[in-house]
Amino acid sequence: MNNRLINWFKYASPQSFYPLAGKMIPWFAAAGAVFGIAGLWIGMAVAPTDFQQGEGYRIIFIHVPASWMSMFIYLVMAFWAALGLAYNTRLSGMMAQALAPTGALMAFLSLWTGALWGKPMWGTWWVWDARLTSELILLFLYIGFIALQAAIDDPRRADKAGAVLALVGVVNIPIIYFSVKWWNTLHQGASVSLNRAPAMASLMLWGMLLMALAFWMYSIAIALYRARTIMLERERGTEWVKETLAAEGAK
Amino acid sequence: MKARQKRIALIAGGLAVLGIAAALVLNALNSNIAFYVSPTDVAAGKAPQGKAFRIGGMVKEASVKREADGVTMAFIVTDTETDLLVNYKGILPDLFQEGKGVVAQGKLTEDGTRFVASEVLAKHDENYMPPEAAQAVADAHERAATNKAAQEAAAGAPAAQQPAAKPAY
Repeated sequence: MNNRLINWFKYASPQSFYPLAGKMIPWFAAAGAVFGIAGLWIGMAVAPTDFQQGEGYRIIFIHVPASWMSMFIYLVMAFWAALGLAYNTRLSGMMAQALAPTGALMAFLSLWTGALWGKPMWGTWWVWDARLTSELILLFLYIGFIALQAAIDDPRRADKAGAVLALVGVVNIPIIYFSVKWWNTLHQGASVSLNRAPAMASLMLWGMLLMALAFWMYSIAIALYRARTIMLERERGTEWVKETLAAEGAK
Repeated sequence: MKARQKRIALIAGGLAVLGIAAALVLNALNSNIAFYVSPTDVAAGKAPQGKAFRIGGMVKEASVKREADGVTMAFIVTDTETDLLVNYKGILPDLFQEGKGVVAQGKLTEDGTRFVASEVLAKHDENYMPPEAAQAVADAHERAATNKAAQEAAAGAPAAQQPAAKPAY
């Protein structure tokens, strides 16, 4: 254990993770802004008009990154939840709690932009097809996780209950992703996937990937920011929090 | 086995059981989760009788017509194997086009030959490209078809009916 290059377990304690997170936030936030500006510029100004949907397709630059993020954040949240259950680390529960609101926001954005897109293109705001329904369930899972954690006063017990809920909900992620393959749905299949060439013009694809990166960076920055607040709040009785607050107050 | 390993095994085991249970449930509900049935399914009697359901497929080329009353649209939905005539009174979505995907909700008539739709939705595919690229693809297809016809004519062979590739709807 001692001959590792980095001792990861060192950062499993809030006390040492707090300053590290503080140092990382500005970098992720700045990267998010840069990718976001580049992505929006390519998406809104440079990428060509679509042959079927005209200019209306440009909502894809928000819709797809938000949808990807909503699924990925859930996986990360479940990963932290499992880690917390298995190793009883304090930080895991805090990370899961910090990720949930961003995940819920992404799921909401995905559904909302999808509805705005569906009306002009398909002719309906909403249908109960497998893709849309499973994404709605994802939003409910996030909200349920947040509500459950908030309902239990003892943070360790809240983490455990939330972790079980988060882990049970993981089955929904492959269902969302593969729903358009397994069943016939109104939602079209994936334009971009790992095992074949993307079904998009390259400039459109670049805009979308840059926006996806921007969403990643934003999510990391905001989750770390939230995690720092949770750390201070949960450990408010400890020496390190008092010292940290005193040092930050002195600045 | 340490307590930690036990917990990890429990989590992994729980997830596996949950995954299998979900797979079984979804498999059992398969036909209920499907958003629409194809005209072939309708012809095979797999569609609900006397109840509203959705059909999906492609709008057959050159099949969209306006009926004599001026408001009812008639078009054929096809999955390239079976055709189904659809009547619809109302406004069609912008992306409704011949040769493109469509999903219609409604009922079969008593004799089962026509589908009377109460709602028509456009189902577009996952391809995004500029109009010039789409035009280029269409042109290339046309050239390929012309070349093939010319070759077959030159070889003196009767043009064999090629089974159409499954469209990407």
